[in-house]
Amino acid sequence: MSDLLLPPSLEGVEMVRSVRTPAHLDYSYTPGRAMSRFLTGLAEKKIRGQRCPSCGKVYVPPRGACPTDGVPTEEEVELPHTGTITTFCIVNVSFYGQGMEIPYVSALVLLDDSDIPLMHLVQEVPYDQVRTGMRVEAVWVSDDELKPTLESIKWFRPNGEPDRDASTMRGNA
Amino acid sequence: MRDVAIISFAQTKHARAITDANEVEMLMPVVREALDGAGVGMDRVGFTCSGSTDYLSGQAFSFVMTLDAVGPWPPIAESHVEMDGAWALYEAWVKLQMGEVDVALVYAYGKSSPGDVTEVLTRQLDPYFLAPLWPDTISLAGLQTRALLETGRVREADLAEVAARSRRDALSNPYALLARDDSPDALLAEPFIAEPMHKWDCPPITDGAAAVVIAAGDVARELSSRPAWVRGIDHRIESQGLGLRDLTTSASTRLAGEKAGVASAPVDFAELHAPFTAQELILRESLGLGDDVAINPSGGALAANPVMAAGLIRLGEAAARITRGEGNRAVAHATSGPLLQQNLVCVLEGE
Repeated sequence: MSDLLLPPSLEGVEMVRSVRTPAHLDYSYTPGRAMSRFLTGLAEKKIRGQRCPSCGKVYVPPRGACPTDGVPTEEEVELPHTGTITTFCIVNVSFYGQGMEIPYVSALVLLDDSDIPLMHLVQEVPYDQVRTGMRVEAVWVSDDELKPTLESIKWFRPNGEPDRDASTMRGNA
Repeated sequence: MRDVAIISFAQTKHARAITDANEVEMLMPVVREALDGAGVGMDRVGFTCSGSTDYLSGQAFSFVMTLDAVGPWPPIAESHVEMDGAWALYEAWVKLQMGEVDVALVYAYGKSSPGDVTEVLTRQLDPYFLAPLWPDTISLAGLQTRALLETGRVREADLAEVAARSRRDALSNPYALLARDDSPDALLAEPFIAEPMHKWDCPPITDGAAAVVIAAGDVARELSSRPAWVRGIDHRIESQGLGLRDLTTSASTRLAGEKAGVASAPVDFAELHAPFTAQELILRESLGLGDDVAINPSGGALAANPVMAAGLIRLGEAAARITRGEGNRAVAHATSGPLLQQNLVCVLEGE
């Protein structure tokens, strides 16, 4: 850059080395029909999935379509509040907006009668005892705090049932 | 070159805001209708290509979610352009030229309602000198319209004619959003929203989606009673710097039109992707389309403008009209970027 030939009027002018151009856009999110049913269900302490009419798989949260068959998933399925951990990670790194004391466990929970796991927190158990196959149940916020958000479920905790054999969950991780 | 044709087209009933459906739910019936129209399932589709932009929905990789609408299992050959779906069709056309597949699905969608689309589109401008000023789409179109009026080639009444004709033609298009019978004089009597722009110079803010099936050679003939053959297709781009080009003409459209062979035979009608009235006049001049050519019989983008799909819809509308026997040679055009920066021209013909 130093040998750049400048017109006399610009000689001695300090070079611009960087510019900052902040951008901010606001959006209103449209969850759609399927996700709206899921979210309003959470405010009523219900977990609603949808079943594919073609392959029979139950998706939660439902997005209104089977990603395998490309057909609408219209049949609603109310799911139990219990499930099995298919995989998990122990979070040891803090980040902005985390809101959790580290270390904590983030896990994929395969709800009973469903075919795709839901990501959520696992608490009320030492983090080094969490394992694949562990049976868990949803812990809800108090009834007056229920809202159309996944935060209506505070976390999952072990429900004391014997572990489920991980090999029975192949394809659902 | 392989003969490739558009054999099926479907679109949403466009709306100012589709709030009951997410992108997948909005798109899926359209994809299904296009496949059914061609009489094929995904097992016969060798390539899928889509056009959309994350900036409209405010979600990174939103196009990956909408693949749910096609059922990509077993794994499909798929691609995406962060552009209008007309460029997705171009990519699919190239794929068919390579000879590996015979049928391709192309779709595009855009919901402008989640954000302020006139601000969202400023993000496509040059990031150093223009984007930081946040010039909204109507202000930019105002610069172009002013420049065109000052050449003396066009009067305000010509712009009103474009708007009145587009809205009137849209009355026979059940998918259009803005369809009404207004006289040009009544339009001219309306106040400016930002001189020289009237509201009727601008497209309606629109949510919508479209899908097209294209096929090669005998497969197209097998699947369609009257395929709309792509006889020429070309796209060209100009500088991103708005001050570096003459906004009153479109050099890229002229060149793409020449390469696509627009002038090699008479044109029955044209579907031009002109979201603003002045842009239609610029495009007609650049493509050499005379007064004898019917322009935008669908009502065009002034009647429904789902961003990222409106260009693909021009190709689909033109093809559907040929398939229905309402014309034999059409020019379809799509634009991308600010003020006609990039342009695609496609010549479609019946057998």
